Amino acid sequence: MTMEGESHKPGTVPPASRLGLALFGVYVLLYGGFMTLVLMRPDLMAVRPFGGVNLAIASGLGLIVAAVALSLVYMLARAGR
Amino acid sequence: MLHETSPLAVGIFAAFVTGVLWLSFRLGRKGQSAQGYYAAHGQVHWAVNGIAFAGDYLSAASFLGICGMIAFHGYDGFLYSIGFLAGWVVALFVIAEPIKALGKFTFADALDARFNSRGIKLAVAISTLVVSVFYLIPQMVGAGSLVTPLLGLPHWAGVVLVGVAVTFIVATAGMVSTTWVQFIKGSLLVFFCGVLSVLILGRGLSVNAGRAGPLDMTPQVRTVRPDGMVLVDGQPRSKEHDLRPVGTIGRLPERFGGALTTGGLGPLEYLAALEDSTVVTWSRQTHTDEQGTHETFTPTERPAAELLRPGGYFKGLAGGTLAGRLDFASLMLALFCGTASLPHILIRYYTVKDAAAARKSTVVGITAIGAFYVLTLYLGLGAMTSGALDPTDTNMAAPLLARSFSETLFAIISAIAFTTVLGTVSGLIMAGSGAVAHDLVENVCGVRMTDHEKVRVGKLAAVVLGVVAMALGILFKGFNVGFLVGWAFNIAASANLPALVMLLFWPRTTKQGIIAAVTVGMAASLGWILLSADTFEKVYGLPGSLAPMPFSQPGLVTIPLGFLVLVVVSLLSPPPAAVRR
Repeated sequence: MTMEGESHKPGTVPPASRLGLALFGVYVLLYGGFMTLVLMRPDLMAVRPFGGVNLAIASGLGLIVAAVALSLVYMLARAGR
Repeated sequence: MLHETSPLAVGIFAAFVTGVLWLSFRLGRKGQSAQGYYAAHGQVHWAVNGIAFAGDYLSAASFLGICGMIAFHGYDGFLYSIGFLAGWVVALFVIAEPIKALGKFTFADALDARFNSRGIKLAVAISTLVVSVFYLIPQMVGAGSLVTPLLGLPHWAGVVLVGVAVTFIVATAGMVSTTWVQFIKGSLLVFFCGVLSVLILGRGLSVNAGRAGPLDMTPQVRTVRPDGMVLVDGQPRSKEHDLRPVGTIGRLPERFGGALTTGGLGPLEYLAALEDSTVVTWSRQTHTDEQGTHETFTPTERPAAELLRPGGYFKGLAGGTLAGRLDFASLMLALFCGTASLPHILIRYYTVKDAAAARKSTVVGITAIGAFYVLTLYLGLGAMTSGALDPTDTNMAAPLLARSFSETLFAIISAIAFTTVLGTVSGLIMAGSGAVAHDLVENVCGVRMTDHEKVRVGKLAAVVLGVVAMALGILFKGFNVGFLVGWAFNIAASANLPALVMLLFWPRTTKQGIIAAVTVGMAASLGWILLSADTFEKVYGLPGSLAPMPFSQPGLVTIPLGFLVLVVVSLLSPPPAAVRR
């Protein structure tokens, strides 16, 4: 993806964006896994492995925290560029 | 009583809205050139822009709709929070920096950067208008819901109030004031939702919402007679005789030793204690006869654990049909793909100076928005057990929850919710006005305009869009705003995302492919929604079984369709010059 000072060649993905796409891939796996569980095994969502909090709430909160964490990783990794 | 106005609430509300309008007017002097009007001169600081992203995005659907859905249906409302935030991951990692590098004022600029095609500008401008209008509907409905308990005004008055205020904001100053309105609103919303969550945890859970005496499990009936008169349990509705507020804990877990209240709880303790409690929820049945339309609200005491897992709202999840599951999967795909395709979000990338600022502002936005969505869980569950809910209106859960603490907090939260609507509607009308003036009039119709004329046409378009939004807001009264915004995400994701992603990552993409993908994606998703069971039942008043579509949310079919059309049409048309070389 285009960074300041670089020229953008349409349709290409410069190496600098590989990290972004890799983090995107990680999140797609997490989101896809969560949705598959909700759709296919909703009964599992009722188990309570986390201090009395059920898996549905724990994994939902986890997905939100993961999105924020991945975005911070991305910003720190690309700081100064 | 549910709808009693207080002078304090009205005063705080008036001060808030006046303050926002004053700021808008003051900042308006800075945005008189086209670059200032449409893109705030590209000079907004990334941190301010990041919070403004939150202000832009955390619409009535997020605040009023999700809280209401959690309060009435439990966990499924939180699935909207998860999906709405997930969309930002696409925006940050895939879209943010290239869109900044490609565009100038509007989303059409970016898609058309390689081709200079009037066809692309036309297709994208129309899709921007359609998405903006569909996104405007829930905002206006939310505004209408707010003014009834706060100011004692009818639904339509709230819609008109927002319409006039927003048109004033946009028509006076454009993107500079819109950005600041969104910044203020985003900051206040996250801060006060945090305050409300702390109060919820501090109060803990109480049987019968702390009221003395046994649970009142008597059903309630609200009748609207043909002459418009409203009856409650057969008697004319008045301040003294209205529906009882609902939503309470029935029984607390045994570990609290039979106490009627838990006292303050930690964030995880609160969730665990609720899971082991019972709650009283209210179902609604409606029937119409010659005496009017009767809504019967019936209470049921049930384990809260049932409401803290999927399936309370999306019936397909709790052992339902395949169509029900596909409907849910389709919605979650649309939420994931839709955020990065929303025109009013995309134009915010043009208000910062470069791609690095675009990236940093997105991260600030994600952090603020993520924090807010965690809080929605506590706000929704707090409302579910607050004893303050209006059984007729899911959209009022968050403000009525605030009223259960104090009248002042109610006024503040209502005013913030109203500014929430103002902020988001301003952004939407900005996006729509840019699509009309910059894309349609100037680029498609080829009308040469001076800088001053561009701004004037944009303001005129803003006024027309404001009027359309007001009319639709009145028409769609009574819908949950979270549900309504799902439609906008479906259309945005189907029409815009395939073209945007393929333009960035597939060199063989042609202008014919982009035009076809945007047109087919938009028409297919719009057509699907208009022919779906949800629309048949809730808009046309017809049985859902007559609808031809197998499920109501189109994204699962129409988003891949957009990609497929783009690839096929691109391969069938001459390759772009860059590829031929």
